[in-house]
Amino acid sequence: MTALLHVDNITKRFGGFVALDGVELEVAPGERLGLIGPNGSGKSTLVNCICGTLQNESGNVLFNGHAMDGLPAHQRTHRGLARSFQLPRPFHSMSLADNLRIPLLYTVHARSGPLHSPTSLEARCHELLDMVGLSAKAKQMPRDLTQVEMRKLELARAVAAEPKLLIADESMAGLSHSEIEDILALLVRLNERGITIILIEHIMSAVMSFSQRLAVLVSGRKVADGKPQDVVRDPEVVRAYLGQ
Amino acid sequence: MDISFDLLINAIVAGLLLGGFYAAVTAGVSISFGMLDIVNIAHPAFIILGSYIAYFVNINFGIDPIIVSILMLPVFFALGGVVYQVYYLSFERRGQESLRGLAFFFGLLFVTEVTLILVFGVDYRYVEAAYIGPSLHLGVIDLPLRMLVPCISALVLFGVLELFITRTFTGRAIMAVSQDQLALQLMAADPIRIKRIAFGVSIATASIAGALLIIIQPVEPSVGREYIGRVFAICVLGGLGSMPGALIAAVLLGVVESLTATFYGPSWAPAVAFGFLLLTLAFRPSGLLGR
Amino acid sequence: MSHVNTTKFTLISIVVAALVLAFAHAMGIDYLFFAGYTILQFIVMATAWNILGGYCGYVNFGSAAFFALGAYSSVALIKFDAEIDELFPEGLAGILHHIFPLPVPVLIVIGAIVSGIVGFGMGYLTLRLRGAFFAIATLAMAVVLQTLIVNWDFVGGSRGAYIIRPENFELGALQVSYIEYLFVLMLSLAVVALVTARTIERSQLGFGFATIRDDELAAEACGVPTLRLKLIATTLSGAFMGMAGAPFPYYIGYLQPQSAFGLEYAVNSIAMPMIGGTTSWVGPLVGAIVLGSAQQYATVTISSAVNLLIVGLMLVGFVIIAPKGLLGLVQDRLRARRSS
Repeated sequence: MTALLHVDNITKRFGGFVALDGVELEVAPGERLGLIGPNGSGKSTLVNCICGTLQNESGNVLFNGHAMDGLPAHQRTHRGLARSFQLPRPFHSMSLADNLRIPLLYTVHARSGPLHSPTSLEARCHELLDMVGLSAKAKQMPRDLTQVEMRKLELARAVAAEPKLLIADESMAGLSHSEIEDILALLVRLNERGITIILIEHIMSAVMSFSQRLAVLVSGRKVADGKPQDVVRDPEVVRAYLGQ
Repeated sequence: MDISFDLLINAIVAGLLLGGFYAAVTAGVSISFGMLDIVNIAHPAFIILGSYIAYFVNINFGIDPIIVSILMLPVFFALGGVVYQVYYLSFERRGQESLRGLAFFFGLLFVTEVTLILVFGVDYRYVEAAYIGPSLHLGVIDLPLRMLVPCISALVLFGVLELFITRTFTGRAIMAVSQDQLALQLMAADPIRIKRIAFGVSIATASIAGALLIIIQPVEPSVGREYIGRVFAICVLGGLGSMPGALIAAVLLGVVESLTATFYGPSWAPAVAFGFLLLTLAFRPSGLLGR
Repeated sequence: MSHVNTTKFTLISIVVAALVLAFAHAMGIDYLFFAGYTILQFIVMATAWNILGGYCGYVNFGSAAFFALGAYSSVALIKFDAEIDELFPEGLAGILHHIFPLPVPVLIVIGAIVSGIVGFGMGYLTLRLRGAFFAIATLAMAVVLQTLIVNWDFVGGSRGAYIIRPENFELGALQVSYIEYLFVLMLSLAVVALVTARTIERSQLGFGFATIRDDELAAEACGVPTLRLKLIATTLSGAFMGMAGAPFPYYIGYLQPQSAFGLEYAVNSIAMPMIGGTTSWVGPLVGAIVLGSAQQYATVTISSAVNLLIVGLMLVGFVIIAPKGLLGLVQDRLRARRSS
């Protein structure tokens, strides 16, 4: 089975600083991949390079068999690659419902052609907000949300784009135990519907229970990639997290 | 067109001298734009202000313009601090620096220019000093002192700034703030205070640049606008935040402008800088030596 | 107000415009037409600027350049008309004389095309970079264009160009003073600009513009083709400014690059939307009328330099104290009253 996403030896530099050093990663269709690593290891940079927010200096990103290099971020989203931002970036001049309307109008409609009526758009926005428990706040503005609610909005907005691959970048930070369970259940449901998911998290319990496979990034390099229970026992991984 | 060697070599030399001066003009923006990420398009207005102050004191008290500008350094430094404080409180803190910050500086530029028109009128003003007029002659090369003195002063200013940034604690704190504000905070230095000092230094350089400007050429209030493009063209071409890069870019621009003025006419000179800028932005936005 | 659809709004605007015209015509004072033209011109410029600046968040400092391009396209065509007999053989000249001088509405369309193309080109070069670089590039472009015009003798260069304004405008049995004709044209242009701005604001396009203003990276991630939208905004904005400039040579009679490229156009195009309010079509309208009228008054009573100073100070003041403009202040007051 060919990989849905193939990150082929990508390198990214910021001036003299090497953020990603020859990272190689494959994600199979329908897979649940967990990506962990200490702060500053390059996880978000990797996401940015995959999604086109940043351009990598060398190496390729192949998605669904197509080369993504040089494609702007919005075209990658059109092709089925969606992500949530680690620090939420809502559209602050619009209500929550309108925030979700954007990916619906610009991605889903761009893809599928015939326009949905305003009422069905409205319904879909509510459905998405309901999915993350925010439907009561549909008409409110992002500035009225708590940090936790903003993360949920981020996730809903990424899901709104009806992706084939969803990258959830630290969506669970600050959530309570039951909220984490809810988000995990949501992600599993999405996965069962066929969406491949890369989960980037620090909350080990969530990562362990969710991931079918676990990759570890340390200082811009991938140091481990395999079954979760094997990876966490890998001495190099332990060393990276606990120090020597 | 018969290009005489004399004309060519003098055009190049004039360009080199001019470039040295442009480097001084740009030094301030290299700090505010290159390091602090503040698009201070009003910088040329401060330079023109410096020119007029030098003019006023020179005409009324006979003091050498460069001396005047040095005496005015603390005033300009304080002014820079005030402007930054307003900018920070109104825009940077609210995260709205893009649109409104630009409009703010544009407003400052405009208000300064119009105020100078009201106070001094639109006539060209110039200063008097012992070195305006005579030239050195090295064989076929003419070195007008009114260009040589500013060029040397500019290089001195540039050197002092470079030392300040790389050798003093405050200077290195400024470099740190441009790279990682959070880390600086964690080291218990107040980034806002550091930025205020940096911006103050940036505006202080305008005092000197202004005096040098009015030595090189007569000045009237709208001259500042020609310099906006030059200054940012040099910054971008040299690579933001790189002072050596700015120096090289400044000299390059000076030479090209001088050649253009000599062989195509002085009215084309302003377009050169802006043409440079547009081309650089379009094709190599990180500049020649950019990071 | 928000449930008025586009057709209704267009009709209402046309009616309002007709009323304004009827009033001005009844007064019959030429000065009203001159002053009114200036304010209408500001409405168009402010609205045009706001499409890119207020809706998308990209500041254009070169409004004067787009305006001047429209003006100088007209000058070039007017001068061309004067040279037809010298440039072409008799037969062809005869044919051309039937086409030239081009009527002002045609000049307006040409101004739109010229400025629109330049806007597109400039956008294509610089919009892939940060907003700050775009802003600086617009300043750069204004100076380059001014230098080119100053060096182009055909349109008068730095000496300027004299444009003879016809006494009257005649269409069949109708005859009005030429300034009234220009006034009507600018009034129509203002209506078109406002209707366009409002239509954009409420459309999917306007929605997309708002995401660019709010968070461009997030917009891209949501599938918004930001570069394409920005280019649309720049082209439209430039085109409208060119349209505003096209009749200007006839209005002013003597055109010099310094006045066409003057800083007043740049600062007013920014100050009016920012003082009025940048998030909707109403802001530039309010800003243009308030500031424009104040300036007309000040120029007559004080001096034009002081008047510009006041505009500059107001811009700085509003940007610091009331960033959402007059419109924002009103909205906040209404919201406070509603919740108390």
